[in-house]
Amino acid sequence: MALTGLEIFKQLPKTNCKDCGHPTCLAFAMALASGKTSLDKCPHISEEAKETLGAASAPPIALVKVGTGDSVVELGDETELFRHDKRFYHPTAIAVLVEDTENIADRVAEINDLNFDRVGLHYEIDMVALQCVSGNVDTFKAAAEQVAANTNKAMVLICEDVAVMEAAATAVADRKPLLYAATNDNYEAMTALAQKLECPLAVKGNGLDNLAELVDKITKLGYKELVLDSGNRETSQVLADLTQIRRLAVRKRFRTFGYPAMTFTSKDDPHEEVVQASVYVAKYAGLVVVKASKKEEILPLLTWRQNLYTDPQKPIQVEAKAVAIGDVTPDSPVYITTNFSLTYYIVEGEVESSKIPAYIVPVNTDGISVLTAWAAGKLTGEAIAKALEENDMESKVNHKTLVLPGYVAVLSGSTEEATGWKVLVGPREAAGITKFARENFA
Amino acid sequence: MAFSAMKEKYSSQVHTVVLGATKEEGGTRDYTITVGGEGALPFLHFEGEVPHRPVVALEVWDVVPEWHESLAPYFGDVYNDPAAWAKKCVMEYNADLVVLRLKGADPDVADASPEDCAKVVKDVLAAVGCPLIVLGCGNPEKDSKVLPAVAEATSGEKLLIGVADQENYKSITAACIVHNHNIIAGSPIDINICKQLNILITEMNLPADRIVIDPTTAALGYGLEYGYSIMERARIGALQGDKMLAMPIICNVGHEVWRSKEANASSEDYPAWGDQANRSILWEATTAAALLQAGANILIMRHPKALALVKQNIEELMVPTSFDD
Ligand code: B12
Ligand code: SF4
Repeated sequence: MALTGLEIFKQLPKTNCKDCGHPTCLAFAMALASGKTSLDKCPHISEEAKETLGAASAPPIALVKVGTGDSVVELGDETELFRHDKRFYHPTAIAVLVEDTENIADRVAEINDLNFDRVGLHYEIDMVALQCVSGNVDTFKAAAEQVAANTNKAMVLICEDVAVMEAAATAVADRKPLLYAATNDNYEAMTALAQKLECPLAVKGNGLDNLAELVDKITKLGYKELVLDSGNRETSQVLADLTQIRRLAVRKRFRTFGYPAMTFTSKDDPHEEVVQASVYVAKYAGLVVVKASKKEEILPLLTWRQNLYTDPQKPIQVEAKAVAIGDVTPDSPVYITTNFSLTYYIVEGEVESSKIPAYIVPVNTDGISVLTAWAAGKLTGEAIAKALEENDMESKVNHKTLVLPGYVAVLSGSTEEATGWKVLVGPREAAGITKFARENFA
Repeated sequence: MAFSAMKEKYSSQVHTVVLGATKEEGGTRDYTITVGGEGALPFLHFEGEVPHRPVVALEVWDVVPEWHESLAPYFGDVYNDPAAWAKKCVMEYNADLVVLRLKGADPDVADASPEDCAKVVKDVLAAVGCPLIVLGCGNPEKDSKVLPAVAEATSGEKLLIGVADQENYKSITAACIVHNHNIIAGSPIDINICKQLNILITEMNLPADRIVIDPTTAALGYGLEYGYSIMERARIGALQGDKMLAMPIICNVGHEVWRSKEANASSEDYPAWGDQANRSILWEATTAAALLQAGANILIMRHPKALALVKQNIEELMVPTSFDD
């Protein structure tokens, strides 16, 4: 259970010596309770208190890292059940499954190519999961080496035969792959291997009861870089399992389940797989392994993940500064939009693909969309006038015509009045900009 | 330490709403559909009842829609015949029910009269035996004329009629009371407005179990997460005993998704996003799957294949799960 400030205070020296940078021990305790400082900032704390407080102030779900360098994937370290309570931090990692008997170079190239630029953000697949289906030490090892040679992405090695795993894992140990998995039958040897190679270890249970037992046995062996898999594969059961793992870790501080959770899709049809994976992204998976690997299948899944992990308190914004797209001249058109990142980048993409150089003027609406800003009174004739003025648009172009988003055509009159510019009402959806630009500005 | 499941104890559950009325009940439907009633967060069977699975509807318009060409192979032959279109949705594509959108009423579209609209609704009712959802054109002024006329012409059918918002709820609510229909109460992703509107409608004496809420849906990638979180909050509120948030939720998925670039952009123009046909289906299905996890009870879909995927997902999620105490 998380401790309150007062409970922590009881364990402190109560000397108010200020060495921690806080005016009093109580202030330090409060800061610790809300996660704003760490225990080691107080140099005077007793060993005993350190132990009780250390366990209680550790994050409810451990942060586990897979991979190295720029491609390291961080799993876990979540603190909430619902994003509206604060936010989710470490987006569900998506791994694409490759079998060791496939043409590894081709498959990995295909996975490397699963990256997308959308609304100013870059999405990509996080990991390659290599499964041993050959049962052959050399094949699996060679395949692991080939994956490593062909991508920087983090890896999952899937094989329950420890001897076969050892060869492959040792060969790519410097890449810190996730070893999948320790089971009832192999956990001692698999844990020893993970410990020796310092690689994170997946624990695959046979349901949650068994998973809990297994995790306890493994942590007794002294290893704690773990990722949990209940072993179930039916959609509703996996949802139940992931929910229990998260709840028990966060609400009850049940240490046994204080690790990121992972699962696999079970569907053969890639469309069904994507839908199934969307459920697990929504409800608490730290890592999902999928077989689907086409662009149109992965893009929706990565978009859903991005949406879910945005900070609900702060919409992503762009600077409310005029941007010149292409080789602008004083004749170039001027498009008005808002500084909500999503809105801005959608418009930018369309203005770019229209191939007609133009200025985009994002009005500062505190990062909200066109209609929301209109409804909230933040996108008004005056706000547009202010944006034109602050960006000195009158000296940048030699005309006085602006393009208003189609959804706020009702602002035409007040905008013309406030700005002295002529309003041209654009299409409603930004997707219509190319056609609109060709008709009006070509 | 041994694992022992953590089960939340909720004090309340979501209201149930019955859509449609059979002959005995004063309507003409072959069967009724009940939504809501859950006493747990979505599909967490281990801690409460989920008595009625979420249902999926397909959209039918009263005018020929300007939909993306990839939808034409499915509906193109019936675009100009709402009755035949509705039949196809149910018989061929297995929609649980049909949504008739009276787009033609829009003064900027065909400015169809309330009488014309009522006639289309009756035609569709005659063509299918499933319960029917009727949506106005979205112009509040016109809808407050059209929807009461529809309600009157279909008295006793227990349609689900919407969308009523803060501006126009009075005339629609009154019509639903007199003619025994259900209402959709729409709010702009704002939990307070959502609750307030439910209070206003129930104060007019339409019982809470005749209200379905539309908290506003955005498409995947276009603000989906805002509605998702409002829905989660509303559902938690409902389970904790807030009766004025405890209505089943309807989400306008297809309509929002098909406005998005990702559903429409061609494979040739956007090769980096993959095949358009499959991408659009998955854009719709993923949006719906996400909303199901936030508590959606009725999903209005557009593409038959997205509908099939979502139905399959619902079936899997309805498989009971339990943990021993
Ligand atoms: C997410 C959302 C919110 C979020 C805001 C998120 C954000 N950062 O913007 C929250 C929950 C905070 C919110 C709040 C409100 N919202 Co709101 N919201 C939405 C929602 C669901 C999606 C908006 C969105 O992100 N769209 C995606 C972006 C990209 O769209 P966009 O900015 O319009 O850009 C598109 C076009 O306009 C065009 N475009 C953009 N710029 C330009 C420029 C040019 C030149 C051209 C040609 C085109 C163009 O291209 C884009 C893509 O096609 C919509 C409903 C919906 N499904 O769309 C309601 C909606 C916009 N909200 C609405 C309302 C009323 C509100 C509130 C006032 C409700 C209230 N509490 O009273 C508040 C106001 C908030 C405040 N006081 O600050 C109404 C507006 C009603 C109306 N018709 O005017 C809507 C339409 C919902 C509804 N049907 O009632 N909202
Ligand atoms: S350093 Fe420790 S003893 Fe000194 S004020 Fe801070 S908490 Fe108290």
